[in-house]
Amino acid sequence: MTSSRMSAESIQQTKLVLNEVRRITTKAWNIMEICGGQTHAIMEFGLDQLLPEQITLIHGPGCPVCVTSLESIERALSIARQPGVIFTSFGDMLRVPGANNDLFGARANGADVRVVYSPMDAVKLAQSNPEKKVVFFAIGFETTVPSIATSILHAEKNQISNFSILPANVLVPPAMQAILSSPDNQVNAFLAAGHVCAIMGYWEYEAIAKQYKTPIVVTGFEALDLAMGILMTVRQLEQDRFEVENAYPRYVTREGNQTAQAMIRQVFEPVDRQWRGIGTIPKSGLGLRKEYQNFDAVQLFDLPLDDLKESPLCIAGSVLRGIAKPTDCPTFSTLCTPSHPLGAPMVSAEGACSACYHYHGVN
Amino acid sequence: MCLGIPGKILEIYEVDRTLMAKVDFEGVLQEVCIATTPEAQIDQYVLVHAGFALNLLSDQEADETLKILKDLEAFNQEFYGDENRA
Amino acid sequence: MDQNKLSLQGPLCSVPINDHQQIVIGHGAGGNLTHDLIKTVFQKHLGNAILNLGNDAALLSMHAEVPQGMQLVVSTDAHIVSPLFFAGGDIGRLSICGTVNDVSMLGAIPKYMTATFILEEGFLISDLEKILTSMAQACLEADVKIIAADTKVTEKGKSDGIFISTTGFGWVSPKRQISGQNAKPGDLVIVSGPLGNHGIAVAEARGNLGFQSQIRSDVAPLNHMIAGLLESVPEVHVLRDPTRGGLATTLVEIAKQSQVTIKLNEEDILIDQDVRSACDLLGLDPLYMANEGKVIVILPEEFAEKALESLQKHPYGKQARMIGKVESSSEGNLLLKTLLGTTRHLDRLAGEMLPRIC
Repeated sequence: MTSSRMSAESIQQTKLVLNEVRRITTKAWNIMEICGGQTHAIMEFGLDQLLPEQITLIHGPGCPVCVTSLESIERALSIARQPGVIFTSFGDMLRVPGANNDLFGARANGADVRVVYSPMDAVKLAQSNPEKKVVFFAIGFETTVPSIATSILHAEKNQISNFSILPANVLVPPAMQAILSSPDNQVNAFLAAGHVCAIMGYWEYEAIAKQYKTPIVVTGFEALDLAMGILMTVRQLEQDRFEVENAYPRYVTREGNQTAQAMIRQVFEPVDRQWRGIGTIPKSGLGLRKEYQNFDAVQLFDLPLDDLKESPLCIAGSVLRGIAKPTDCPTFSTLCTPSHPLGAPMVSAEGACSACYHYHGVN
Repeated sequence: MCLGIPGKILEIYEVDRTLMAKVDFEGVLQEVCIATTPEAQIDQYVLVHAGFALNLLSDQEADETLKILKDLEAFNQEFYGDENRA
Repeated sequence: MDQNKLSLQGPLCSVPINDHQQIVIGHGAGGNLTHDLIKTVFQKHLGNAILNLGNDAALLSMHAEVPQGMQLVVSTDAHIVSPLFFAGGDIGRLSICGTVNDVSMLGAIPKYMTATFILEEGFLISDLEKILTSMAQACLEADVKIIAADTKVTEKGKSDGIFISTTGFGWVSPKRQISGQNAKPGDLVIVSGPLGNHGIAVAEARGNLGFQSQIRSDVAPLNHMIAGLLESVPEVHVLRDPTRGGLATTLVEIAKQSQVTIKLNEEDILIDQDVRSACDLLGLDPLYMANEGKVIVILPEEFAEKALESLQKHPYGKQARMIGKVESSSEGNLLLKTLLGTTRHLDRLAGEMLPRIC
């Protein structure tokens, strides 16, 4: 039986909501979303084409693939090349360029690199390959962290000692603060990532909204969810309010999923983390607690690191912070394309540059 | 961090001391770890990401956004009637 | 046997191993083992009049067989699909249907096939038999004959189970001008059914994506359906099957070959519910998933209704739909009008599609 992506009713409702956005907008506003999935959805539905010209949607550093530091990629490559290692990762990471290679390339050179759909698959691999060391590339925002924490706890419970992770997880609130506190900040409001908030709740954003007088609206991923999140944001902006509101109540509460948060706290603690193209943001990443150090691949492997340089042509940092558009980059779609990416935002399907390349709207 | 799909819980069981569920996504079945939503019941809907439960679908009645929609629909009906220009 | 009589054959191996369960290197050596394999396995399943003559080459009486004035069409393809068996099909069915369909996409009638097999030492003969049975069934359905075949065996590790290469021969009237360069502004675009089933079925059969469904590959020989279509309308500009890279990649290529802009309506593109769910779970786009039993038809608007009628009469085209239009001349673009009425640009698939979390 075939089906449509959207029901006739939700199509109608989405248009209604976007009409209302057009009706109430009187000034120019920059709204940023920090979520690759939202970038993808906005592009896929062409939502930006239905918004009034005064509203600019900026795609922030919400693609975990794009913001994973060059250092982490090089560490991944280093571990993957070691004998007796099965290096596992989510699919998109395989194409991200390191200093001069990527995980796909490492695989072609004989490294055992495997795509997994879930971190639990990596634990299962460790169980069925006791003579190998299985390492999981732990990227992703708070949405993904509970799955990694649970996998580690599962490995611990079942004495699976050949499983470890390369910690590279990142947190949203510190990134938001870093963007808002930057002197060249252009962002007037945020759409908060609905699935990050399904785990963490949205209480953390209240202090940020107050301090920077910036509206923050938790938003989902269907066209109607996004339209609603944008409407609630524009209403706040036009009314000079700066609160945290929830446009995704069917999966998000203020407190979030307490069980998941407890698991995160049990296994991880906040650490400083480098964001590719942006720099180090204090306490914006997660590292393993002392009790779980034996699951830390950085400790288990000897990883020398050279002085790493990004391609000088890639302006990823400015794009990720919303200061430049992908089309501002001189190499966009010429030297830098999805098949020959110079930087991370062109690799992942939701990276701002890749999304722009694939989904560019036609007016 | 974002791909989360809702599915219906058909069965709940343990595998090696971790809580799992068989979830139905409109004809596609997947084994999902629900350690993060231990209060889940059969027939409930759960949001799933990378084979793990994020959260359970909550009571729709308290949904603020439904109220916004109702207001907009009423407004639209009043001004545009059956033409429903959108 | 008279045990007093001396055997003049000389010493014989007391335990000759003739009953192999797996392919061994000897099967490719050209001697008795090869002969046995051909007779008891290959010919048993693929046998037909021409193949069984056992000659080194097949003599086709071309002048007698090819109707007056027709042009010969040839297509060849290699198949390395993994896994070999998936819901709805296997590498055998795929190798026949893929080539039959390629020949049909020029508007030609496929008649004869050749098949070469590269087997890895250790490959199970029972699997080989399943694959050959499948090929025979596909040939019967498509009404094509395998007239020449060859098989070689590699050492373990030097190939991967089984590789199959097939070449198909057919003929077409020179009056037919069906080609990727012929799409014209004003033409309509039809696709013969829902998309993405094959790609997902194969991904699921790999077993590492952690889900189960009833999704089956659509792999099928489309030559009869296409022959029926070409009889019912006087003019068709383009025929192509959206295999690797899916509908989107295939249409981008046609748009560039014909130098036109093609615009699709998202609401008219059919995707089965479970295929959509599987794609959502994995973060894959059904417009880029492979199909092995679908055809894209681009033809003048005036014949579109009749074309749809003809396709929908056939079991493989019951859900044929008009999905778009060739809008104008350009350097070659593919556009999609979304459910919300916005328009976006579709590109070729860049590299391998990978499941994503974001």
